[in-house]
Amino acid sequence: MSDQLKRSNEPVFWLLFGAGGMLAALIGAALVFVLVFAVPLGLMPEAALSYGAARAFAQHWLAKAFLFVVVSLFFWHAVHRIFHSLHDIGVHAGRGARVLVYGSALAGTVAAAFALALIGG
Amino acid sequence: MTGQTKTVAVLRYRPEQDEAPVWQEYQVPYGDDTSVLAALNYIKDELDGTLSFRWSCRQAICGSCGMMIGGKPQLACKAFLRDYPERVTVEALAHFPIERDLVVVMDGFIDKLQKVKPYLIPREMRALEDGEYLQTPEEMDLYAQFAGCINCGLCYAACPQVGLNPDFLGPGAIALLHRYNLDSRDGGQAERMEMINAELGVFNCTAVGYCSEVCPKMVDPANAVNVNKMNSARDYFFRFLRPAPKQGGCR
Repeated sequence: MSDQLKRSNEPVFWLLFGAGGMLAALIGAALVFVLVFAVPLGLMPEAALSYGAARAFAQHWLAKAFLFVVVSLFFWHAVHRIFHSLHDIGVHAGRGARVLVYGSALAGTVAAAFALALIGG
Repeated sequence: MTGQTKTVAVLRYRPEQDEAPVWQEYQVPYGDDTSVLAALNYIKDELDGTLSFRWSCRQAICGSCGMMIGGKPQLACKAFLRDYPERVTVEALAHFPIERDLVVVMDGFIDKLQKVKPYLIPREMRALEDGEYLQTPEEMDLYAQFAGCINCGLCYAACPQVGLNPDFLGPGAIALLHRYNLDSRDGGQAERMEMINAELGVFNCTAVGYCSEVCPKMVDPANAVNVNKMNSARDYFFRFLRPAPKQGGCR
């Protein structure tokens, strides 16, 4: 049991998970509603999601920050939940799986930052 | 007693004769006020003297008679035959090794309890002539709920993470740890944080909350565990900003 007394690094992932979960709870449902239902069903004007409007939105630094936080934290939230759910259903994934799931969130975070940087100001 | 009987199915395990636990059924006369513990005592006294189980107070104070009743962790003295139509199953507490019949080995749990230092570590040492350590009712309210724990082990049987990782400190020990950390007279938080922060600590919990649901004393161990996740996260990131604790000292 003594090696288990070593400090856990879980706070890093737990905080990212918690932040993503909070954000998902606050705006996740609204995002899905607007993107998947409201605009395609004509409840909101089509122009709201037009390429020009979306691009103009993504060019503002505040919107960039918003998009980055939403995309990356949703990633961290999702992988943490997947990893722990695997454990719950009896798949005791080891270090390799840990690197794989959290690595994919890191990759998503980097990709989001890179894509946003490409859009320009 | 009304003359009616009910089937009580007990999971027996007698290490000298059973390779694995086996079910055994008993017909027990019952009334509205017959607890499962009373039924077990009836079985032991009248039907089968070989049945083993722990019990003492009969009033949900001692914490001895924790077992799985109808598949749920409960105190046998606080569960009643009237709530089970026709048949009730009684098994040893889940997630603990079975010693014999309904008696489980509590050693791992006792070991965890000792590790969290569940006693006051005085914030300031006082000589006898300095008088009592005073505390206001408001200060006591902070921890009083967590002091209700009777160490019955029901929350350990309820916790899926204890089932998956028996080394996890677990809900009961963390609730008691929290009870002493919250006490205005206590200065031992820094010493106890090591257990909270460790790999066997709070982050094994996935916030299922069943521990608090089954607690017979209305303690909320899930709250203690989740509050300490935040404490641990704060400790993780800000530990470098604090001066090193004085050697062996209190806060």
